[in-house]
Amino acid sequence: MKIERIKTDLLIIGGGTAGCYAAITAAQNELQDAAGSKGANLKILIVEKANIKRSGCLAAGVNALNAYITEGHTPKDYVEYAKKDADGIVREDLLYSISEKFNDVTAHLEKLGLVILKDKDGKYVTRGNRNIKINGENIKPILANAVKKLPNVTVLNHVNIFDFSVHNNKIDGAYGFGIENDTFYAIEADAVIIATGGAAGLYRPNNPGFSRHKMWYPPFNTGAGYAMGIRHGAEMTTFEMRFIALRCKDTIAPTGTLAQGVGAKQVNSLGEVYETKYGISTSERVYGTVAENLEGRGPCYLRTIGISAEQEESLLKAYLNMAPSQTIRWLENETPSKANVEIEGTEPYIVGGHTASGYWVDTKRATTIEGLYAAGDVAGGCPQKYVTGALAEGEIAAKSAVEYIKASSALRLAQGPDARFKVAEPAEATIKDAEIARHFAEIESYLSQKNSLYTTEQLEEAMQFVMDEYAGGITTGYGYTEKQLNIAKEKIDEIESLTDKLSATDLQEVMYIYELKERLTVCKSVIAHLATRHETRWHSFAENLDYPEKDNIHWRKYVNSRLVNGEIKTFTRELTAEGQKNYEHQH
Amino acid sequence: MSINIDPNICIGCGRCHDVCPGTLIKINEQKKAYIKYPKDCWGCTSCIKECPVHAIQFFLGEDIGGKGSKVHTEKVNGLIRWIVEFPDGSVKHIDIDPKESNKY
Ligand SMILES: Cc1cc2nc3c(=O)[nH]c(=O)nc-3n(C[C@H](O)[C@H](O)[C@H](O)COP(=O)(O)OP(=O)(O)OC[C@H]3O[C@@H](n4cnc5c(N)ncnc54)[C@H](O)[C@@H]3O)c2cc1C
Ligand code: SF4
Ligand code: SF4
Repeated sequence: MKIERIKTDLLIIGGGTAGCYAAITAAQNELQDAAGSKGANLKILIVEKANIKRSGCLAAGVNALNAYITEGHTPKDYVEYAKKDADGIVREDLLYSISEKFNDVTAHLEKLGLVILKDKDGKYVTRGNRNIKINGENIKPILANAVKKLPNVTVLNHVNIFDFSVHNNKIDGAYGFGIENDTFYAIEADAVIIATGGAAGLYRPNNPGFSRHKMWYPPFNTGAGYAMGIRHGAEMTTFEMRFIALRCKDTIAPTGTLAQGVGAKQVNSLGEVYETKYGISTSERVYGTVAENLEGRGPCYLRTIGISAEQEESLLKAYLNMAPSQTIRWLENETPSKANVEIEGTEPYIVGGHTASGYWVDTKRATTIEGLYAAGDVAGGCPQKYVTGALAEGEIAAKSAVEYIKASSALRLAQGPDARFKVAEPAEATIKDAEIARHFAEIESYLSQKNSLYTTEQLEEAMQFVMDEYAGGITTGYGYTEKQLNIAKEKIDEIESLTDKLSATDLQEVMYIYELKERLTVCKSVIAHLATRHETRWHSFAENLDYPEKDNIHWRKYVNSRLVNGEIKTFTRELTAEGQKNYEHQH
Repeated sequence: MSINIDPNICIGCGRCHDVCPGTLIKINEQKKAYIKYPKDCWGCTSCIKECPVHAIQFFLGEDIGGKGSKVHTEKVNGLIRWIVEFPDGSVKHIDIDPKESNKY
């Protein structure tokens, strides 16, 4: 393995939706500045474990922009909607800051080449109150192309980041390895944006056999960003608000297009519409389906029988643009006009773009680690972000990071031209060398040890079974008790202790080991958060069987956590005030 | 859910390898692409859209209702044509205009 050291000003980890847009914003921000007064161009580096052309959530395409302020509505309406759906546990400042940007980032996407449906007056055609219709098949290549055109942005594809470099609670870089070029990367940066998305594959999936990766959330988003932050003591929020999607059975394709597009209602096996019985928030729709099944009225369906031939044709096409396997499923079996579409809940994911789990950030998207900013599904407190919200957060994080870099370089200049060199570098360099050696040795040990009893895959499956059975997975209808969570914690610790002995034949397999370790770290946080919230505020998402009721007196609060002496410690914080638009970290 | 690469058609250009969001596709010594981790495929079809010679097809695993059909895309007069080959030999085409938005 070669060692490559890189120095950059701004490091962006994860070249997905938020990461690409952060790069676009930072580069433009800097170019505008450069045209004015000072010349120095900011060096921006995106490090992506796959290839930014088709990585992350947008790989297959998306079917709509789910977050847009349509005519007659205001950002406040959006905030109210998201707040209601999460039953109050949101950060209004964060929601406001994205809602105010939805329409601008959408206009920018259109300029970059995204096809958006318009009426004859040139206005966007809306789907419901908040969505607009697009052809989202090529949304990721569009973003990637825009990034490629930026002269001061470098992209390292196929490089997996597995640890931050943090000293005195200040980030100064990250470590990674090229999964195909046998290279270890030690990257130094003045500021870092983490944009690695959420975490899938924590729980036993819907189709654990050959099609185990036929899941909704990308199986390659393994929670790296969460795990690295947790290990370095970053404050995290709301990991107990898991996201469970209601999806088409088997293919795990989205159901919104059926519900909103052709008005298909959820019905049980008796043909009864049951949504009115349980409510229509995102979690209630999942819960209703689970409850109908438990009470013997399953399976449940979206009622599509009888839709017109024209509607059917449009559905076949719409799914090809975002979840092609559903169209194939229809063509190989019965099409939606002839058979209702069976639905099921997925395994729980941790994803801050749909629910509110992730880094505890201030309004500028600064985490509690100095110099580290978070955007997209990895950032917490701000559910219902979707594509446009991820873009908006990428923009906010980029502006904040650039401001931070400028402020710290101004400070260094004020301390004299050589201040950084004289004071910081020799000391930092030794720490870095020792750290590089430590990481390097760890990777080498995975590559050299041969006698592991277990494979990474076996331990991953063991973890998924534990989470499924003892931490509220599909098997238990998402419910859990404190006793079960205690068992889950113990077993996850045991599995974690076995990971040191794992072996790998190449760096891709080493990546799988790190992914497993990331997931285990996230699992521990999920368990700790689930055990803390003594109520059931969101059915299915956090179905606490010891406390089956909502408790507004004690639990209208955020549950946050931090790693202290190797243990995840949870604590609560008061909700930010109604209408609050700014939140700063208290140090 | 997985894909199938026909080595007789593949020209070893490496584009599928480059775009796969899980880096699951490798190129062997004979300069042919193969999927190294078939169970890890997400079914995103990125590789299929990228292949210049249509060597890659995807299929549904039998555990999720697959019946043996194979699917790929081709670009035809600016349209994206999805081609589904059923096990009985019949074929269905669905053309999508990338300049047209989804109806739903
Ligand atoms: C299947 C699906 C369909 C969706 N459909 C819609 C829709 O129709 N409309 C809508 O508005 N929203 C939709 N969403 C939601 C929306 O796409 C996401 O919320 C948003 O794209 C998240 O952006 P992100 O940047 O946080 O994550 P991503 O775009 O997933 O980016 C994360 C990136 O980080 C990389 N990465 C991860 N770990 C590492 C590591 N250790 N080192 C380096 N790189 C790493 C990943 O490869 C990826 O490129 C959908 C989501 C999914 C999964
Ligand atoms: S369909 Fe997607 S995940 Fe599967 S091999 Fe092709 S590019 Fe990779
Ligand atoms: S894109 Fe097609 S031709 Fe190129 S390597 Fe892959 S399978 Fe072969």
